[in-house]
Amino acid sequence: MPTIKIPAPLRPYADGQRALILPGRNVAEILEEIVTLYPELKKHLYGDDTQLRPFVNLFLGDENIKELQGLDTPLTEGDIILIIPSIAGG
Amino acid sequence: MSINIPAKLLIEIHTSGETAYPEEGAGLMLGYEQNGVRYIQSLLKLENAREDSARYNRYLITAEDMLQGELEADRLGLSIVGIFHSHPDHPNIPSENDREWAIPWYSYLITSIQAGQALESKSWRLADDRSHFIPEKVIINSNI
Repeated sequence: MPTIKIPAPLRPYADGQRALILPGRNVAEILEEIVTLYPELKKHLYGDDTQLRPFVNLFLGDENIKELQGLDTPLTEGDIILIIPSIAGG
Repeated sequence: MSINIPAKLLIEIHTSGETAYPEEGAGLMLGYEQNGVRYIQSLLKLENAREDSARYNRYLITAEDMLQGELEADRLGLSIVGIFHSHPDHPNIPSENDREWAIPWYSYLITSIQAGQALESKSWRLADDRSHFIPEKVIINSNI
Protein backbone atom coordinates (compact mmCIF):
# COMPACT_ATOMS: atom_id res chain seq x y z
CA MET A 1 0.00 0.00 0.00
CA PRO A 2 1.15 3.60 -0.56
CA THR A 3 2.23 5.92 2.25
CA ILE A 4 0.87 9.43 2.76
CA LYS A 5 3.02 11.89 4.71
CA ILE A 6 1.39 14.66 6.71
CA PRO A 7 2.97 18.10 7.34
CA ALA A 8 3.21 19.33 10.93
CA PRO A 9 0.25 21.79 10.78
CA LEU A 10 -2.14 18.97 9.85
CA ARG A 11 -0.88 16.38 12.32
CA PRO A 12 -3.09 17.64 15.19
CA TYR A 13 -6.07 16.64 13.05
CA ALA A 14 -4.61 13.19 12.34
CA ASP A 15 -3.92 11.98 15.86
CA GLY A 16 -0.36 13.32 15.63
CA GLN A 17 0.62 10.94 12.83
CA ARG A 18 3.55 11.89 10.57
CA ALA A 19 2.73 9.25 7.96
CA LEU A 20 0.09 6.65 7.29
CA ILE A 21 0.05 3.57 5.11
CA LEU A 22 -3.37 3.43 3.47
CA PRO A 23 -5.03 1.68 0.54
CA GLY A 24 -5.59 3.65 -2.64
CA ARG A 25 -5.27 2.91 -6.34
CA ASN A 26 -4.85 6.61 -7.09
CA VAL A 27 -4.33 9.91 -5.25
CA ALA A 28 -8.06 10.63 -4.94
CA GLU A 29 -8.64 7.28 -3.25
CA ILE A 30 -5.88 7.66 -0.67
CA LEU A 31 -7.18 11.16 0.15
CA GLU A 32 -10.66 9.71 0.60
CA GLU A 33 -9.20 7.10 2.95
CA ILE A 34 -7.39 9.64 5.09
CA VAL A 35 -10.37 12.01 5.48
CA THR A 36 -12.61 9.04 6.31
CA LEU A 37 -10.14 8.03 9.02
CA TYR A 38 -9.65 11.61 10.24
CA PRO A 39 -12.72 13.69 9.25
CA GLU A 40 -11.26 16.83 10.85
CA LEU A 41 -8.64 16.87 8.08
CA LYS A 42 -11.27 17.40 5.41
CA LYS A 43 -11.93 21.09 6.02
CA HIS A 44 -8.20 21.80 5.91
CA LEU A 45 -7.65 19.96 2.64
CA TYR A 46 -10.83 20.87 0.78
CA GLY A 47 -12.73 24.12 0.32
CA ASP A 48 -16.52 24.44 0.42
CA ASP A 49 -16.58 23.60 -3.28
CA THR A 50 -14.97 20.19 -2.48
CA GLN A 51 -11.90 21.23 -4.50
CA LEU A 52 -8.48 20.98 -2.89
CA ARG A 53 -7.58 24.28 -1.25
CA PRO A 54 -5.20 26.37 -3.41
CA PHE A 55 -2.32 26.16 -0.95
CA VAL A 56 -2.53 22.36 -0.74
CA ASN A 57 -0.05 20.60 -3.02
CA LEU A 58 0.45 16.89 -3.43
CA PHE A 59 3.69 15.30 -4.51
CA LEU A 60 4.32 11.74 -5.61
CA GLY A 61 7.94 11.44 -4.60
CA ASP A 62 9.45 14.66 -5.96
CA GLU A 63 6.84 15.27 -8.67
CA ASN A 64 3.86 17.55 -8.19
CA ILE A 65 0.75 15.56 -9.18
CA LYS A 66 -0.34 18.62 -11.21
CA GLU A 67 2.43 17.59 -13.62
CA LEU A 68 1.19 14.00 -13.62
CA GLN A 69 -2.49 13.03 -13.81
CA GLY A 70 -3.73 15.13 -10.92
CA LEU A 71 -5.97 13.28 -8.49
CA ASP A 72 -6.20 10.41 -11.00
CA THR A 73 -2.45 9.77 -10.71
CA PRO A 74 -2.16 6.01 -10.14
CA LEU A 75 -0.39 4.70 -7.03
CA THR A 76 1.43 1.45 -6.55
CA GLU A 77 2.92 -0.43 -3.63
CA GLY A 78 5.56 1.61 -1.84
CA ASP A 79 4.67 4.98 -3.40
CA ILE A 80 4.97 7.99 -1.09
CA ILE A 81 2.51 10.89 -1.34
CA LEU A 82 3.44 14.11 0.45
CA ILE A 83 0.99 16.85 1.39
CA ILE A 84 2.89 20.12 0.97
CA PRO A 85 1.51 23.59 1.71
CA SER A 86 2.52 26.66 -0.32
CA ILE A 87 3.65 29.58 1.84
CA ALA A 88 3.25 33.26 1.04
CA GLY A 89 2.78 36.62 2.71
CA GLY A 90 4.07 40.11 2.68
CA MET B 1 3.18 29.35 23.45
CA SER B 2 6.76 30.29 22.65
CA ILE B 3 9.72 29.57 20.42
CA ASN B 4 13.23 28.96 21.68
CA ILE B 5 15.87 29.95 19.15
CA PRO B 6 19.67 29.83 19.48
CA ALA B 7 21.19 33.32 19.26
CA LYS B 8 23.38 32.30 16.33
CA LEU B 9 20.34 31.24 14.29
CA LEU B 10 18.57 34.50 15.06
CA ILE B 11 21.66 36.35 13.84
CA GLU B 12 21.52 34.29 10.63
CA ILE B 13 17.88 35.31 10.17
CA HIS B 14 18.80 38.97 10.68
CA THR B 15 21.69 38.71 8.22
CA SER B 16 19.42 37.03 5.70
CA GLY B 17 16.92 39.89 5.98
CA GLU B 18 19.67 42.48 5.62
CA THR B 19 21.05 40.69 2.54
CA ALA B 20 17.62 40.59 0.91
CA TYR B 21 16.96 44.30 1.67
CA PRO B 22 15.21 46.23 0.13
CA GLU B 23 13.32 43.10 -0.83
CA GLU B 24 11.74 40.63 1.56
CA GLY B 25 13.73 37.55 2.49
CA ALA B 26 12.24 34.32 3.78
CA GLY B 27 13.02 30.79 4.87
CA LEU B 28 11.98 27.86 7.01
CA MET B 29 12.60 27.08 10.66
CA LEU B 30 13.15 23.41 11.43
CA GLY B 31 12.78 22.08 14.93
CA TYR B 32 10.56 20.22 17.35
CA GLU B 33 7.90 21.02 19.93
CA GLN B 34 8.00 19.98 23.55
CA ASN B 35 5.59 21.08 26.29
CA GLY B 36 4.31 23.94 24.17
CA VAL B 37 7.75 25.29 23.33
CA ARG B 38 9.13 25.12 19.80
CA TYR B 39 12.86 24.55 19.74
CA ILE B 40 14.43 25.84 16.52
CA GLN B 41 17.37 23.66 15.51
CA SER B 42 18.08 24.54 11.90
CA LEU B 43 17.21 27.05 9.18
CA LEU B 44 16.61 26.68 5.49
CA LYS B 45 17.12 30.02 3.74
CA LEU B 46 15.21 30.21 0.47
CA GLU B 47 14.87 32.44 -2.55
CA ASN B 48 11.86 34.74 -2.54
CA ALA B 49 9.93 33.30 -5.48
CA ARG B 50 7.70 36.33 -6.04
CA GLU B 51 8.20 38.27 -9.27
CA ASP B 52 10.80 41.09 -9.18
CA SER B 53 8.29 43.95 -8.92
CA ALA B 54 6.55 42.46 -5.86
CA ARG B 55 9.48 41.28 -3.76
CA TYR B 56 9.77 44.58 -1.87
CA ASN B 57 6.59 43.78 0.06
CA ARG B 58 5.66 40.18 -0.75
CA TYR B 59 7.26 36.77 -0.44
CA LEU B 60 6.50 33.33 -1.78
CA ILE B 61 7.96 29.95 -0.89
CA THR B 62 7.12 27.52 -3.66
CA ALA B 63 5.68 24.09 -3.08
CA GLU B 64 8.91 22.65 -4.50
CA ASP B 65 10.98 24.53 -1.89
CA MET B 66 8.59 23.39 0.84
CA LEU B 67 9.05 19.83 -0.39
CA GLN B 68 12.82 20.20 -0.04
CA GLY B 69 12.22 21.60 3.44
CA GLU B 70 10.09 18.62 4.42
CA LEU B 71 12.70 16.20 3.10
CA GLU B 72 15.50 18.02 4.95
CA ALA B 73 13.43 18.07 8.14
CA ASP B 74 12.79 14.33 7.79
CA ARG B 75 16.50 13.74 7.28
CA LEU B 76 17.29 15.62 10.50
CA GLY B 77 14.44 14.01 12.46
CA LEU B 78 12.78 17.45 12.76
CA SER B 79 9.68 19.20 11.40
CA ILE B 80 9.06 22.52 9.70
CA VAL B 81 7.72 24.43 12.69
CA GLY B 82 7.70 27.92 11.23
CA ILE B 83 8.53 30.45 8.57
CA PHE B 84 10.72 33.51 8.91
CA HIS B 85 10.51 36.57 6.71
CA SER B 86 11.56 40.21 6.76
CA HIS B 87 9.60 43.46 6.55
CA PRO B 88 11.83 46.05 4.84
CA ASP B 89 11.21 49.48 6.38
CA HIS B 90 8.09 48.23 8.11
CA PRO B 91 7.37 47.01 11.64
CA ASN B 92 7.58 43.36 12.62
CA ILE B 93 3.84 42.90 12.84
CA PRO B 94 1.90 40.76 10.36
CA SER B 95 0.35 42.51 7.39
CA GLU B 96 -3.13 41.81 6.07
CA ASN B 97 -1.45 39.90 3.27
CA ASP B 98 0.34 37.78 5.86
CA ARG B 99 -3.00 36.97 7.48
CA GLU B 100 -4.70 36.11 4.19
CA TRP B 101 -2.02 33.59 3.26
CA ALA B 102 -1.02 32.21 6.65
CA ILE B 103 -1.60 28.66 7.77
CA PRO B 104 -2.64 28.00 11.37
CA TRP B 105 -0.14 26.18 13.60
CA TYR B 106 3.08 27.48 12.02
CA SER B 107 5.16 30.08 13.87
CA TYR B 108 5.72 33.20 11.73
CA LEU B 109 8.89 35.03 12.79
CA ILE B 110 8.97 38.53 11.31
CA THR B 111 12.05 40.76 11.40
CA SER B 112 11.84 44.49 10.78
CA ILE B 113 14.68 45.75 8.57
CA GLN B 114 15.05 49.51 8.81
CA ALA B 115 17.36 51.20 6.29
CA GLY B 116 19.12 47.88 5.75
CA GLN B 117 19.65 47.10 9.44
CA ALA B 118 17.81 44.28 11.19
CA LEU B 119 16.00 45.35 14.32
CA GLU B 120 13.90 43.14 16.55
CA SER B 121 12.12 39.93 15.51
CA LYS B 122 8.67 38.94 16.75
CA SER B 123 6.86 35.66 16.35
CA TRP B 124 3.17 35.10 15.67
CA ARG B 125 0.67 32.31 15.14
CA LEU B 126 -2.55 32.58 13.19
CA ALA B 127 -5.69 32.00 15.24
CA ASP B 128 -7.63 28.88 14.26
CA ASP B 129 -10.49 30.98 12.91
CA ARG B 130 -7.95 32.91 10.78
CA SER B 131 -9.23 36.24 12.12
CA HIS B 132 -5.99 37.51 13.65
CA PHE B 133 -2.45 36.66 14.69
CA ILE B 134 -1.51 35.85 18.28
CA PRO B 135 1.95 36.93 19.48
CA GLU B 136 4.19 34.25 20.92
CA LYS B 137 7.18 34.69 23.18
CA VAL B 138 10.63 34.47 21.57
CA ILE B 139 13.24 32.96 23.90
CA ILE B 140 16.75 33.65 22.63
CA ASN B 141 19.07 30.90 23.76
CA SER B 142 22.56 32.37 24.14
CA ASN B 143 24.07 29.10 25.40
CA ILE B 144 24.09 27.37 22.03
